[in-house]
This record gives sequence, C-alpha cells and structure tokens, in this order.
Amino acid sequence: MLSLLLADIAIAKFGAAVGAGLAAIGAGIGIGRIGGQAMDAMARQPEKMGDLRSSMIIAAALVEGVAFFAVIIALLALFA
Amino acid sequence: MLALVVAPSYASGSEPAKKGIDFQGTLWGHIKDSYEWHITNIGKTPVIISLPVIVKSTTGWHVFCSSAFSEEKDAKGNRPGPYGLYISGSKDHENKICETVNGAEVHPLDLSITKTVTVLFIDAILLLICVLVPARWCKKHKVDDSAPKGFTGFMSMFIMYIYNDVVKASLGKEADKYAPYLLTCFFFIFIANIMGVMPFPPGGGNLTGNIACTFFLAICTFVITNVTGTKAYWKDIFWPEVPMWLKVPVPLMPFIEFFSIFTKPLALMIRLFANMMAGHAIAISLTCILFIMFGVNAVAGSSMTVVSVAMSIFMMLLEILVCFIQALVFTMLSAVFISLAHVKGEAEAKTVK
Repeated sequence: MLSLLLADIAIAKFGAAVGAGLAAIGAGIGIGRIGGQAMDAMARQPEKMGDLRSSMIIAAALVEGVAFFAVIIALLALFA
Repeated sequence: MLALVVAPSYASGSEPAKKGIDFQGTLWGHIKDSYEWHITNIGKTPVIISLPVIVKSTTGWHVFCSSAFSEEKDAKGNRPGPYGLYISGSKDHENKICETVNGAEVHPLDLSITKTVTVLFIDAILLLICVLVPARWCKKHKVDDSAPKGFTGFMSMFIMYIYNDVVKASLGKEADKYAPYLLTCFFFIFIANIMGVMPFPPGGGNLTGNIACTFFLAICTFVITNVTGTKAYWKDIFWPEVPMWLKVPVPLMPFIEFFSIFTKPLALMIRLFANMMAGHAIAISLTCILFIMFGVNAVAGSSMTVVSVAMSIFMMLLEILVCFIQALVFTMLSAVFISLAHVKGEAEAKTVK
C-alpha cells in the first residue's frame, strides 16, 4: 500500500490516460447526439440540409472544445 | 486521437537507447518554440536556419545570431554562448536564454526573433498579400463592373461569405464597425492554421498552437467586448434581473456573471490552442509511426506504409477542415459576444421602436 503512494509519477500518467479516455467518451457521446439529431432534422426537411449541416458542424466544434479542456489537463498531468 | 496523444508517454517509458527516430524530440521540436528553425535532415546533417537573438541582459543590449550558441551541452546541460549567456537545460527555463546573476539563473528581457515570431511575420505578409491584392481590384473597378475572376474572385467570395453569414448575422446594424476586427481575426487565424499544417517551409511553423498567440487574440476580443459594452450590459452583470435572494445577502448571480466575463474569452483561447496543438501532434505522430515501425522491423515497416499513408492523407484533410472550422468558431463567438454586449435597455428599445 505504501509503495503505491510512492509511485506518484506512475499514478499521474495513469490518471492522465484515464482522463483522456473519459474525455473521448464525453466528446463521442455529445457529437454522436448532435449528428443523430441533425440526421433526424435533415430527414424531416430535406430542403434545409445546408443550414443544418453548418449548424451541426459548429455545434460539434463547440462540444469538442470542451473535450479539449480535458485533454490539456491530461497533458499537463502527464508532463508536469 | 487521444490514444496518439498518450502514446508519447509510453514511448518514453521504453528503453532510451533505441535506434531509429526520436519521436518525442520530433514532436515537441515542431510544436515548441526555439531559437533556430530546423528544417530537415539531409542524411545526418541538420539543415538549420539560425535566427537572430535580441537580449537585454545585465550587460546591456545584445544582438547576435543564434548559431553563436554551441551545439554541444556542457557539464550542467546548458549550451554556452557569448556575453555570459547560455541556453538553459534546467526545468524552469528549459531551452530559454539565461544568465547567471549572483549565482541564480535569471531569464533576461528576451525580444529575440524566435521561430514563432518568424512564422508570425511570414503569416502576416501572406495575409496582407491575400487581402490587399483583391482590395486593389476593388479600388480600380466600379460597383457595376462584372464580377472578378481568379484569385480576386475567390477571395471576394470568401470574404463576403464570412461577412454575411458570421458578422452581419450576429451584429446586424453595427456590423460595419466591427467587421474589420472580426474579418482580420478570421483570416489571420485561418492562414496561421493552414501554414502550421503544411509540412514544408515556408509553412510548418506552429503559431496558433502557441498559447501566447491565442491568449492575445482572446484578450483583443475581451477588450473590444467590454470597452464597447452598453450601460445595460454592465447593469445586467452586477444587478441582473433575477429573484432578490440571489442578489442581496450573498451576491451569487453577480459573481457568476462577473466570472463569465473572463471565462468566455478563456474558452475561446483554449479551444483554438488545444485544437491546433492536437492537430499538429496528430499530423506528426502519424508520419512518425511509419518511421518507428521501420525501426522495429523492415517487414512491419513495409506493411504499415499503406495504412500510415492512408491515415495521414485522411488526417491531413480533416486537419484542413478543422483549421477552417476553428477560425470560423472563434470569429463567430467573438461576434456573438460583441453583439451580446450591445444589449439595449428597455427604455432605449422602446424609443428605437
């Protein structure tokens, strides 16, 4: 148990990897939902496809931004 | 993508005496700033452009070429140079010019033209060319002339697309006042992103993946938003129209609103920085995978070639899309923040109607 406390660099790397994985899950769920509902809307109103496509990409970029916060923190834990 | 970001840590855990490519060094060498521009390796000799160093140390101003610093590290891990300066190898000031003052390591005022600054100059010149050439066409032709062709036509279309769909859509009547800043923002970020993804000079320099650059862009948006904010905007922050108990004994909502003034540009900064840094890291990692596989085994290397090349092409195309989208999102959010700061109070809105 004590040796686990002393392995702090290894624990930091493990934490960073797990954090990055969780961020991937979060981004995947968020962008998946955006894409799915955009598909639904496009199927209902095919004439609005252009607008819906742009809005979908912009919303995906914003959600990815949040996932990137987590990646930056993971990188900081890994290298600092 | 995230697996690739975590891969460098695994690579450093394995034995360091592996022949083949130095993955970590290549990756960080591209992303981080440095005093010389390492273009490529012809055989074993590196092709380096040494950039000027401008430093104000305790002995006054010094301007010299960075090739004056020795390539070899001395006993303490520093690279010595003239005037008592050296490029430090310590953890605090890694790869920065330092000097020893009274036994302590001090980083003097450093205005050197480093790699990032050079890339900034190149991108600025490219941006000026791309925008001033169509502007000259506009000066020479009248409004009713037929549409321009070629490069001018393309830039014209591009600029009007951003102006109509981003600037005018958010700002409405005040679009013309803020259009110069927002359009400059968009095209600067777009060109800097694209030049960072290009693998050969004059591209290949990481500008928007440097947090200082995105910090400055976010500060510009922050200053413009808050300096041009109307009285109603400031009133809504410090005395919002919420139930009294959220305001009076403990000013909960005012605190939250006040912090949101800072977190919105902060999010802009980190979004752009992280997207670009991760994008450059992926582009390099995918290329390096090929060389690492060749280092393992010639058979493994050859079989990975097709996969790696295919992945690289796909990721490069995705990178270009991401460059455009990130510039668009930054500009659109800046426009939205500026328009939100121009909220009109109820009395004003009634008189305008």
